[in-house]
Amino acid sequence: MSQVLGKPLLRKEDPVLLSGRGRYADDLPVPNGTVHAHIIRSPHAHATILRIDASAALAEAGVWAVVTGEDVRRISDPFLIALKPQINQWSLAVERVRYFGEPVALVVADTRYLAEDAAELVQIDYEPLPAVVDLEAARSPSAPLLHPEARTNEISVRRFSYGDPKGAFEGADARVALTLDYPRNSFTPIECYVVVAEYRPHEKSYDVLANFQGPFSTHAVMARALRVPGTKLRLRIPPDSGGSFGIKLSIFPYIVLAALAARITGRPVKWVEDRAEHLAAASSGPNRITEIEAAVRKDGRILALRLDQIEDYGAFLRAPMPGPLYRMHGAVTGAYDIANVEVTNRVVLTNKMPASLIRGFGGPQLYMALERLVQRIAIELHLDPLEVIKRNVIAREKFPYKAAAGALYDSGDYLRAVELAVGNGRLEDLKRRRDVARAAGRPYGIGFAAIVEPGMSNMGYLSTLLTAEARDKPGPKNGAISMATLNIDPLGAVSLTADVTVQGQGHATVLSQIVAEQLGLKVGDITVILELDTLKDEWSIAAGTYSCRFSPGAAVAAHLAAVRMRDKLAEIAAKQLNILPDDVEFADGMIGSRNNPDNALPFGRVAGTAHWSPVMLPEGMPPGLRETAVWSPPGLEPPSSEDRVNTSLTYGFVFDMCGVEIDPLTFEARVDRYVSMHDAGRLLNPLIAMGQMRGSFAQGIAAALYEEFVYDENGAFLSGTFADYLVPTVGEIPPVEILHMETPSPFTPLGAKGIAEGNCMSVPACIANAIADALGVKDVRLPATPRRLHALMAAAEPKRPPPTSRGGR
Amino acid sequence: MRRVNPDERAKIAFWLNGRRVSGEAEPRMLLTDFLRHVLGATGTHVGCEHGICGSCTVLIDGVAQRGCLTLAAQAEERAVTTVESLAGADGALNALQTAFQKHHALQCGFCTPGILMSFTDYFARNPNASEADIRAVLGGHLCRCTGYAGIVEALVEASRSGNPAA
Ligand code: FES
Ligand code: FES
Repeated sequence: MSQVLGKPLLRKEDPVLLSGRGRYADDLPVPNGTVHAHIIRSPHAHATILRIDASAALAEAGVWAVVTGEDVRRISDPFLIALKPQINQWSLAVERVRYFGEPVALVVADTRYLAEDAAELVQIDYEPLPAVVDLEAARSPSAPLLHPEARTNEISVRRFSYGDPKGAFEGADARVALTLDYPRNSFTPIECYVVVAEYRPHEKSYDVLANFQGPFSTHAVMARALRVPGTKLRLRIPPDSGGSFGIKLSIFPYIVLAALAARITGRPVKWVEDRAEHLAAASSGPNRITEIEAAVRKDGRILALRLDQIEDYGAFLRAPMPGPLYRMHGAVTGAYDIANVEVTNRVVLTNKMPASLIRGFGGPQLYMALERLVQRIAIELHLDPLEVIKRNVIAREKFPYKAAAGALYDSGDYLRAVELAVGNGRLEDLKRRRDVARAAGRPYGIGFAAIVEPGMSNMGYLSTLLTAEARDKPGPKNGAISMATLNIDPLGAVSLTADVTVQGQGHATVLSQIVAEQLGLKVGDITVILELDTLKDEWSIAAGTYSCRFSPGAAVAAHLAAVRMRDKLAEIAAKQLNILPDDVEFADGMIGSRNNPDNALPFGRVAGTAHWSPVMLPEGMPPGLRETAVWSPPGLEPPSSEDRVNTSLTYGFVFDMCGVEIDPLTFEARVDRYVSMHDAGRLLNPLIAMGQMRGSFAQGIAAALYEEFVYDENGAFLSGTFADYLVPTVGEIPPVEILHMETPSPFTPLGAKGIAEGNCMSVPACIANAIADALGVKDVRLPATPRRLHALMAAAEPKRPPPTSRGGR
Repeated sequence: MRRVNPDERAKIAFWLNGRRVSGEAEPRMLLTDFLRHVLGATGTHVGCEHGICGSCTVLIDGVAQRGCLTLAAQAEERAVTTVESLAGADGALNALQTAFQKHHALQCGFCTPGILMSFTDYFARNPNASEADIRAVLGGHLCRCTGYAGIVEALVEASRSGNPAA
C-alpha cells in the first residue's frame, strides 16, 4: 500500500544546500546595531581569579562592554542541575576557573576583530591552584576539590541491584573480570556555535537565535538562569545547521551569556565560536572507567553481571548530566538475557571541560565494557567468542523482553541477525584473511560486538540518579512527548512543523513522505518548516533531535497529524461526493470514491471547503485545517520503587564483525573488513537510513582509532587544533558492509526505531575486540593509536598469537 | 602595489562569480569574512579557520584555495568563484551537484561547498580522475556527517560523466 513511505527518495533539502543557499545561523541577517562578542578564556586548569581590570579595553573606541563573572552573578542564577550538592555554574567563571578554556570574560565591540583586539587589553590575574585531571586521583580524599562546597569530587554514588547477583556469583562456575578506560572525545560538527541575542527592556524579555539542538528541557534551565518565565526567553532555531551529534546542546550557557550581554549593552549581541574554542571548551563525551565482572557457567552462559562505572564529567555537571550513566541504565545488560545485575554508578568531577551530550550517549562506554567482557569470557573459558554471544543473546520468543534493570525491549530476532551477518561466507572470509595474515607474521584479529540501540528516551530516566524517596518529593518524571502540526491553506497547500531541530539528517524529506503517504500527494507538495520558535511552535521538554527520537517520536506525531487530517478531509469529501467516508480514497492529488474513480474532486478543492465555505462542512465540524498531534507513547513509566526504569521506547539491534590487521612496522591498525548488521525496525527512507549508519560508523572509527581530547597532568589541553585532534579524512574510513533486517516495533504506529547511534556504540567495542584478538592482550585502550599499539606489542604476552611461519620481513 | 595602514579600511574590488564586486576591509580581514559578511555571499563556510577542514575552499583565478588562509586583499582584481556559481541561472544543479544529491553525499551540507569547489578545480584539470586520485584530493576536506562513502561515489560518478563541472 505504501506509495512513498519506505522508499529511498532523494532528499529535498539537497538542492538548496548544494547551491550555497543554506540558511545556517551565521548566514542570517542580524538586527540593526548588532555588536559582536569575543570570549576571554582561562589559560589555567584550576586557579583563583584575583583581579580583572578591563579599563584599558573599555577605553577603546567601539568597545561596548567587558562582562565578567561578577556581572553575571549579579543578574543571573546558576544553572539548575540534576543533583543536590549545589555545583554552581554561571555562564562565566565566578571567583575561580576550573578548566582550561573556561569562559572568564566577554568583550563586546562593534566588530569581532575589535573585540579580539580589546581582549588583549584586559588584565586578568590568576593564582594557580593544584589541578586534578586523573579520574581515579580525583576520588582520593586528598585530591584538590573542584567545588569545596560539595566537599568531594565524587558527587554521586548509587548502587543498584536487580535479581540475585550475589547468589549467582556464589553459585557460578567461574568469574571473569575486566577493567576498561574509555577516552574523552567529541564529534566536532564542522559548524561551530552561533548565538544572536536581543534584550527588550520594556518587556524584560530575551529574543535569541541559536543553533541549539535540544532537548528543550534545557529551555527551562536557561529561562531560570535568566530569571524570566519561559515566555520571556524566545528561542529561535535557524532552518539549517552544520551538524550537531549531541554537541549543540552545550551551546546553552552561551545563549545565556549572550542574552546577558545584550541586556548589559542594550544592543543585540552576536557571538560565533571559533574552532579553537570549540575543541577546548564546547563539549566532550565523558571518559569512564568501568570495572566489570561476570558470573558464568562453564558453557559461557552469563548468570550475573557486576559493573562499577566511574564517569568523569569534568569541571561542572551540566543539565542533563549525568545522562550517559543513566540513559542506558534500563538496558545495562545489552543484548543479553541476564537476570541478575549489580550496578554502581559514580559521578566524578575533574579539571577538564564539562562533559555533555554526544551521539551514542553512554552506549560506547557501556558496550566497550560489556563486549570486551564477552570476548574475555570466551578466552578464559576456551570458547569461541561468537558462541558466547549466541548463547547469551535474548531469544526471539522472549520479546517484548523485560530486561533486569527495567528496559522493555520491543522486538528483535538477535540470533537470526547474527546468523545472517556471519553467513554467506562472511565469517569464513574473515578467518581466511586472518590465517593468511598470521601465517605471514602480521598480527590480525577478529572482533564482534552485539549491541542494543535505544531510541527515544524516557524523560524520566535521569531521575534514577536520585533515590526513590528523593524522587517522590518533586513528583514523578517520565514520558517522551513529540508534537507535529499539519496545516492546509485555502488553496490546498500543505505544510508541516514538528518539534525537531535540523542537523542534516533529512527530516524534511522523511516528514514529507509520511504526510504525502496519507494524503495521496507528492513529496514535493509538502512544505516542511523546521526552524523552531519557542513562542510560536509546538514543543515540550523532549523536543529537539537527540537520542534517536525522530523515527519513534516526531515521525509518529507527524503521522498521527496526517491521519487526523486525512480523516477530516475524508468526511468533507464524503459529503460532497455523496459517499461514505470509508469509501474515500486519496490518490494522485485527488480525493474520490474507491468504488467509482470518476466520482472525485481535486485535493485543493476539498481542502478549500474548510476555509471558504464552512457551511458545506459536515454537521458540527470546526472549519479550518490545522491538526496538532501529540505522541506520548505509553510504557515510559517513571523509575519504579525498585529503581527499574524503561529508559527508552524502542530498542534496535546491531551486530558487528570485523577483521583488523596491525602493521608490524608502523603499528597502525587497519580495518581489513567490517560487516555491520542492523535491525532498526521499519525504515522510513532507506537512503537516509544508510547515510545515518555510514556517518555513525565513521564516528565509531574515529573514536576507536583516532580522536581523543588529551590533557597533561596539570590540566593543560593538548588537542587544541584539528592538527592535534585527528578527525578522520576519507583515507582513514574503511569500507563497511551494512546489512539490514526489519522486525518492526510494535510500540509505535510506524514500526520504526532509532538508527543513527548504533555504530557509534558498536564500532569502538568491535575494533577493541579485534585488536585484543590480534595481539592476544587483555587491556586495549582507545583510541588504539600506533603509539598505544606499539606499547602493547612490546608488552604482548609471548604465547599469542602463534604465527606458524614468519614472513619475509 | 597599494599600501594601506594596518587599521585603515581600504576598498577592495574583484570579480565574484563573474560580477564586479567591492567592499571595504582592513588589510587583516580574511577572504572568508569578506565574502560572507561584507559581500553577503554566505555559501562559503568556515569550519576551522586554520586551514584543515576545507569548508572555506573557493577558486581564485580558477585554482582552489583556502578562503580562511587568504586575506581579502589578496583577492584584489582577481576572479573569485564560489559555490553560488555552480547551479544554472534557473537553479538547475550541475553534474557534480546532481551526483551529490543522488549518492546522498551530504547531510548537514556544511562541508559540501568546499568539496564542490575543490573538485570543480580538480576535474577541470583532470577530467578522467581515478578513484584513488579523487580520494587523495578529498583527503583535504573534513566531513563529520557522511563517513565520506557517498561523497566518493558521487565524485567517481561525476568524473565518469565526462563533464563534471558543467
Ligand atoms: S575554515 Fe578554512 S580550512 Fe577550515
Ligand atoms: S555533510 Fe555535514 S559535515 Fe559534511
